[in-house]
Amino acid sequence: MDAKVEWPMTDTAKISVRDLNFYYGRFHALKHINMEIPDKKVTAFIGPSGCGKSTLLRTFNRMFELYPEQRAEGQILVDGDNVLDNKHDVSLIRAKVGMVFQKPTPFPMSIYDNIAFGVKLFESLSRVEMDERVEWALKKAALWNEVKDKLGQSGSGLSGGQQQRLCIARGIAIKPEVLLLDEPCSALDPISTGKIEELIDELKSDYTVLIVTHNMQQAARCSDYTAYMYLGDLIEFGPTRELFMKPKKRETEDYITGRFG
Amino acid sequence: MSALSFDAGRLAAHRRRKRVNALALSLSLAAMAFGIFWLLWILFETVWLGLDGLGLQVFTEMTPAPQAEVGGLANAIYGSFLMVLLAALIGTPVGVMAGIYLAEYGQRSWLGRVTQFINDILLSAPSIVIGLFIYSAVVARFKSFSGWAGVLALSLIVIPVVIRQTENMLNLVPHAMREAAYALGTPKWKVILSITLKSVRAGVLTGVLLAVARISGETAPLLFTALSNQFWTADLSQPMASLPVTIFKFAMSPYENWQKLAWAGVFLITLGVLALNIVARVFFRNKH
Repeated sequence: MDAKVEWPMTDTAKISVRDLNFYYGRFHALKHINMEIPDKKVTAFIGPSGCGKSTLLRTFNRMFELYPEQRAEGQILVDGDNVLDNKHDVSLIRAKVGMVFQKPTPFPMSIYDNIAFGVKLFESLSRVEMDERVEWALKKAALWNEVKDKLGQSGSGLSGGQQQRLCIARGIAIKPEVLLLDEPCSALDPISTGKIEELIDELKSDYTVLIVTHNMQQAARCSDYTAYMYLGDLIEFGPTRELFMKPKKRETEDYITGRFG
Repeated sequence: MSALSFDAGRLAAHRRRKRVNALALSLSLAAMAFGIFWLLWILFETVWLGLDGLGLQVFTEMTPAPQAEVGGLANAIYGSFLMVLLAALIGTPVGVMAGIYLAEYGQRSWLGRVTQFINDILLSAPSIVIGLFIYSAVVARFKSFSGWAGVLALSLIVIPVVIRQTENMLNLVPHAMREAAYALGTPKWKVILSITLKSVRAGVLTGVLLAVARISGETAPLLFTALSNQFWTADLSQPMASLPVTIFKFAMSPYENWQKLAWAGVFLITLGVLALNIVARVFFRNKH
């Protein structure tokens, strides 16, 4: 695929998934996925365990490549560039498509360095610029007020919710355009979860946010679009309100009303 | 039926479980007491006899002739210190790098598996085999016992310990941590150096300290390589004295002044190994 193709679909799409298939060894985990993910909106992926929602998320930044037995076929166009194409450097893709995981993973260094670590990979900033960037990212992640007096302390000394916000700050510090959140609240208490959800709502003014969640209320609360997946198929994808109020497919209705799943 | 009444079968089973528990507990306590008894006896003898021969001259005087009036262990202490230090300096980088290869690169490759297997063998190889190997490979070839040969033999003992420890520690790093680092676009070498190795540095250092503790008491690998030396030498191409070999030689002798010095040496080694173990443990605990 040539770089920079103007694509004919809706001009608000940030990511286009074209006939994506994914395999764990011989297991066919994603089947012919096609979808257009809109720019600067929150898109939630829901579905029962094993439906492939996390697998799908991990293809957008080629995370699956860490494991040799996993492979993806098809296209994922981010701004028209196929990220699955090997000619694109995976580091640059990941700088553009950031990711936050289920469990908070502060690096073994200070809070400040946790943020600066990723930035240093791509930019050489002066001390002052770096200070500003760290402050900006921590403010963006709604953590600044809690940690501004202890930036030199270890990141692992924070609470679980704070650690997760630190990971979000670390992700946005390198100024990605897309943010992948893989069940970011599943290890957190309700108050921390509330903070992260507020944060997601604010982040969408600058980023295209994709979130995988087990929690349907969470999807309903904080997403603009929702995709329902089942056994590797994308069953239904549409505006969250519509999908929850009047789902078009019987399977979707069964799942969101709790009759199944 | 009240909440605390059970049927007879359940009560009998419960009583039996209690009896088995009491039996198992007393057996393991007895085993522990047996071990502690000998350990304390060894320590007591070491301290008792060691302190007897200990004095300032142990650190300042050279190893004496039989039945001489004065004499110490200065050359042996220095030789041990120098050879152990150099062996650790050689063995640590080699071991850490090989451990990194096994944990981060070679997990699925045949080279990784073969290395792992060989390392397991090296890890349990008797130290006398390593001594004899260096003897035939180095000492016999250059026709001279030397400090360098001793250093090589000791580092061959350090390397597999450090490899194993580094590999084990790196394998303990949660996968989520690695994924998070890669997700920022971090190149692999940087993930290893700045994230995974950094998060287990205390554990790796503990491994190095324990390896040092182990080689500071090894006799067999030095017996065939560095041999011993009556005099002070800092020249590693010469035979070199060391505490374990000196102890071996002096303790087996019929001379009383040698036997006393041997006990002083035993005391010093025990103290050193004990200190290293304590430092390693405290270090490890503080970082985890």
